[in-house]
Amino acid sequence: MTARRIVMALAAPVSAFAFSVLISSAVLIAVGTNPIDAWAEMLSFGMRLETLIETSNRATPLYLAGIAVAVGFRMNLFNIGVEGQYTIAALLAASAGAAVSLPAALHILLIIAVAMIVGSLFSGFAGYLKVTRGVHEVISTIMLNAIAWAMVGYLMRTWLADPDDTTLNLKTREIAESGRFPNLNGLLEAFTRDIKGGRELGGFILVAVVVGIIFHLYLTRTRSGYDLRITGLNPFAAEASGVDPKATVVRAMLLSGAVAGLIGLPEILGDDFKYDLSFTKGLGFAGIAVALIGRNHPAGIAVGALLFGWLDSAAPILDVRGDAPREIVSILQGVVVLSAVVAYEVVSRVRQAQEARDTAIATAAQTDTGSDQPEGEVGA
Amino acid sequence: MLPAPAVELTGITKRFPGVVANDDVHIRVAEGEIHAVVGENGAGKSTLMKILYGMLVPDEGQMTVDGDEVSFSSPGEAIDRGIGMVHQHFMLADNLTVLENVILGAEPVKRGAIDLEAARTSLEELGAAYGLDIHPDDMVETLEVGERQRVEIIKVLYRGAKILILDEPTAVLVPQEVEELFRNLRELKVQGHTIIFIDHKLTEVLEIADTITVLRAGRTVTTVDAGDVTAQELAELMIGGDLPSPSTATHQIDDHVTLSLAGVSVTDDDEREALSDIDLTLHRGEILGVAGVEGNGQGELIEAILGLRPTAGGSLTFNGEDISDWSVRRRRESGIGYVPEDRHRRGLLLDAPLWENAMLGHQTVEPFARGSLIDRSGARDATEAIVSQFDVRTPGIDTTARALSGGNQQKLVIGREIAADPLLLIAAHPTRGIDVGAQAAVWEELRRVRAEGLSLLLVSADLHELIGLADRLVVMLGGRIVAELDPAETTPRLLGSHMTGADATNGESSS
Repeated sequence: MTARRIVMALAAPVSAFAFSVLISSAVLIAVGTNPIDAWAEMLSFGMRLETLIETSNRATPLYLAGIAVAVGFRMNLFNIGVEGQYTIAALLAASAGAAVSLPAALHILLIIAVAMIVGSLFSGFAGYLKVTRGVHEVISTIMLNAIAWAMVGYLMRTWLADPDDTTLNLKTREIAESGRFPNLNGLLEAFTRDIKGGRELGGFILVAVVVGIIFHLYLTRTRSGYDLRITGLNPFAAEASGVDPKATVVRAMLLSGAVAGLIGLPEILGDDFKYDLSFTKGLGFAGIAVALIGRNHPAGIAVGALLFGWLDSAAPILDVRGDAPREIVSILQGVVVLSAVVAYEVVSRVRQAQEARDTAIATAAQTDTGSDQPEGEVGA
Repeated sequence: MLPAPAVELTGITKRFPGVVANDDVHIRVAEGEIHAVVGENGAGKSTLMKILYGMLVPDEGQMTVDGDEVSFSSPGEAIDRGIGMVHQHFMLADNLTVLENVILGAEPVKRGAIDLEAARTSLEELGAAYGLDIHPDDMVETLEVGERQRVEIIKVLYRGAKILILDEPTAVLVPQEVEELFRNLRELKVQGHTIIFIDHKLTEVLEIADTITVLRAGRTVTTVDAGDVTAQELAELMIGGDLPSPSTATHQIDDHVTLSLAGVSVTDDDEREALSDIDLTLHRGEILGVAGVEGNGQGELIEAILGLRPTAGGSLTFNGEDISDWSVRRRRESGIGYVPEDRHRRGLLLDAPLWENAMLGHQTVEPFARGSLIDRSGARDATEAIVSQFDVRTPGIDTTARALSGGNQQKLVIGREIAADPLLLIAAHPTRGIDVGAQAAVWEELRRVRAEGLSLLLVSADLHELIGLADRLVVMLGGRIVAELDPAETTPRLLGSHMTGADATNGESSS
């Protein structure tokens, strides 16, 4: 029973992995590359310390994005607006951080708070529209993305750009030293070797881990998290059990947006210390894919984020060596998402059927003991 | 020599891993008869019908149709031999018309296009031939349940079925629709069709069937003529023991008013008045039965009391307090329990483990919660207690609710509500779709908690259940209470006439 449960738990990720390797190999063959060589190259490059650091740095915002999307998904809310929420949150947080000078910890906390509040308000607005006007959140969040981008452009041209800047690259003023998030190079080097090439292991990964743990505890251990989860499982039963559906929608959107606000911070606090035109885009949409791979579970999302981060960091070697164009990364990521979605669906159906059968067997055994003595109490 | 039977099943055995669903089953269905197959849930009726309809292949045994030995590997082959099945859950496309639904998958084609005119003609001929009242151009979504069932029957006839299998056809029907169905079935019989009828409502079976085969635990118990057996005897054959009945034990009803509604009105989703001026009182230790044809305001009444639907007027008093403005959660925390009419829709989280289902509706109170946190160990212990006290048959409390049989799911829902020790329990169709044994257990439990002072609002379509359990009965019609009756002096027939408004002059008294 337990052995089978472990097999079942591993069946989905393993088959998704095998399937995506297979399809990706076919793609590589199609572009004229020997897949075995390509995989070997990616693996050897991908296992270097510097690539792994890069993986972690890329996975951190992806993980936060995945969690932000998953908060909504867990109650069947599709927050497509994570993209816009984190962009506007990053801009305002970076500006707020540059505008003040505070002791280190407070300074960082202030920036984090601003980002979470902005993200949360932006996303909460979509929740508000849903419960008061019946606007579907997919529509409103997509439109709010466009509004967010327009606002970012406007604010950058008017009030928030660094007036002393003479380059064409618009940017906000830099955040002072006290508002920068420390890296973990010292900690890592204590266990490994010196890190080459001036790379830094971003410290924000610790925040991401904490967010993942809080997300898990919130869903499984709190009443509020239970209400959110059961609304996703069965909104009618949830309402009859006393859950206020409107309040839960707004709460979920606020929480989702608050996490979304954090997505841009590894870059703002740990790398650039400002918002500029080269600020990373697309993390919110990537977060949807990561949440899908991770089945909205914090541990699964971590796997998805690390996998995406690793492909981002390791696959460009194929381009460098002239084996395959760099777009191959996006193809690989797409294949992983599809395989994961299909594999999990198949495995969950198999598991459901199996459980129904196990239960039938177990209860049939109980019924049998009853029918041996037809004079006794039946079904009571 | 006797004519060959329309269908004969000999020695049918079907095993699933660990379970023998059918064990050496013998059934002989004569041509042109209505043959009922009865048995408790899990007795093997559905498996047997799936075998006959080609959805399952038996491990052993022979089937003959009209004397020829057959073996079906798909429903298509069964249809070719003139066997059709009307499923319990209708398989109709809501957004197509009756005509389109009937021909779906068997469209008459003329020059590469669907020949709707030919289809309409043959549909109208069918309707006329069998006295089936049908409007080909109605959208299925606008039809009543009984009409949808008629469409299903026509669908089967359109495909040329001579042998019809009906799987619990009356489970979803109100009494008047049942009569209509029976009239249609008798007509089909006159025209030479053979009907196999699966049911566990014994009075209905006795009314419609010529021959009855009883299954128990996968085996054929016996086959009897409907004229030679009583409902009591049938039930005993089904469960293999003495039958419990919902008889009322004498007990004391308190003066204390648990729930009172004064002049309550409610509008439905389309802003029409669904409840008008309802006055009700429910005392401590009393069971108030609410009878009525479905859709006459019972659902809205429940929703108004629970707070799922706002009241448009009047006042709701629970235990001395006006609760009209209270949230659902506050009402439930203050002691209102709820057994919903549709456990899958409002009562369960099918994909969650049993222990999370057991806390549904009680997730804010002990033993399921401590402060704003979930008390996992408290919840699990409480679930274990519910499972053992209410005999929920499950491998464990981590099993998902979906895996349980309907009867066990219902026992979990009822157990959870009763274990929470409510002051008022609203139970809608608490024994619908569960077998005789589980039904008796539920009745027993409801009587026990009533004796302990619980007030029960019982909405049911099972008139015997209402008469047998309730201390007082009200009848709802068109969103109003049209009669109040003493169950000791009422009969299903009298109740039925109040429900349809046929007997408005006799015994009307607004409460």
